[in-house]
Amino acid sequence: MNDSGFALWVYLSTTPLLWLTVTLVAWVGADALAVKAGRHTLVNPVLIAIVFVSAVLLITGTDYATYFEGAQFVHFMLGPATVAIAVPLVRNRALVMQNLWPMLAALVVGSVVAVISVVMIGQMLGLPNGILLSLAPKSVTAPVAMGITENLGGVPSLTAILVVATGVLGAVTVTPLMNALGIRDYAARGFAVGLSAHGIGTARAFNVDQVAGTFAGIAMGLNAIVTAFAVPAIMHFWGLAIG
Amino acid sequence: MIRALAVLLLCQLAGEMLTRALGLPVPGPVNGLVILGVALLVFRQPLLAFADVEKTADSILGTLGLLFIPAGVGVVQQLGLLGTYWPAIIATLVLSTLITMLVTVGTFLWVKKLLGAPT
Repeated sequence: MNDSGFALWVYLSTTPLLWLTVTLVAWVGADALAVKAGRHTLVNPVLIAIVFVSAVLLITGTDYATYFEGAQFVHFMLGPATVAIAVPLVRNRALVMQNLWPMLAALVVGSVVAVISVVMIGQMLGLPNGILLSLAPKSVTAPVAMGITENLGGVPSLTAILVVATGVLGAVTVTPLMNALGIRDYAARGFAVGLSAHGIGTARAFNVDQVAGTFAGIAMGLNAIVTAFAVPAIMHFWGLAIG
Repeated sequence: MIRALAVLLLCQLAGEMLTRALGLPVPGPVNGLVILGVALLVFRQPLLAFADVEKTADSILGTLGLLFIPAGVGVVQQLGLLGTYWPAIIATLVLSTLITMLVTVGTFLWVKKLLGAPT
């Protein structure tokens, strides 16, 4: 790189503009790839964009703090997005009322099992407390999960990665698993994948069946609320919370 | 859109204030979710901005994935930790996610059957 080119890079690499643009372009590109792959569950746009941007940072030797100065504008929208989950919940309230009791039971049992199973298995496999705290809300949509982890003294950025990984895992396994068990109730199937694999699982459910997708979305919203209350209580009971 | 954004931010702000004031363990935006839900149920007709709120919420939720990227890129700071623990982390995630799905679908179907609803 010549002198003026280098000077330009030095200037651009420290402006929020560059990293905000890189984030948006990475998402647009990754989403286009996913569309091209027929929204195959293995071609997850979130994962692709994260890998791409991370690679750019590592190759250019840019530190995360510099990157985040630009990316924070996107990150900030997680809060309003969480509030926005109220809209599909209210819209589907008739469906919610029809299946109220099976859903409430599955919600309470599923939420608690999601947290306890991940902490228990992780502890058995020798994971340290910092990782266990970051794993606990893994089934909940990222904005809520990161808020929970932050309050507990875990690592929010680690939680984000673990949440995305959980979403992809749930989305990939739900259809073969439910088919193998001969479960044909799409409300139940959707509810299970939305609860355990949040938005990425919900997107998958919508690809399979409209009713499954709707129940997955409801489960995602309700689980966000229940887990926000349950995780701090369970973690304190377990003696794991730092915060 | 700006009006709808203002509604979403107001709910979030109220939620944050509730968390701080009462020392709740729940993140502010989750309180905001509950506040907006109740507001939509109670003020559906008078809330002139409702259609607008609905449209804006749908478009934000439609690109929810984008919002995960800045936090996810934080993985560059965690490479050492992940390098050491990735086999245990992956095993934990796979087992826990499968168990959660099975228990959830099982409970749903069991209660539905108890109530005598057709499955």
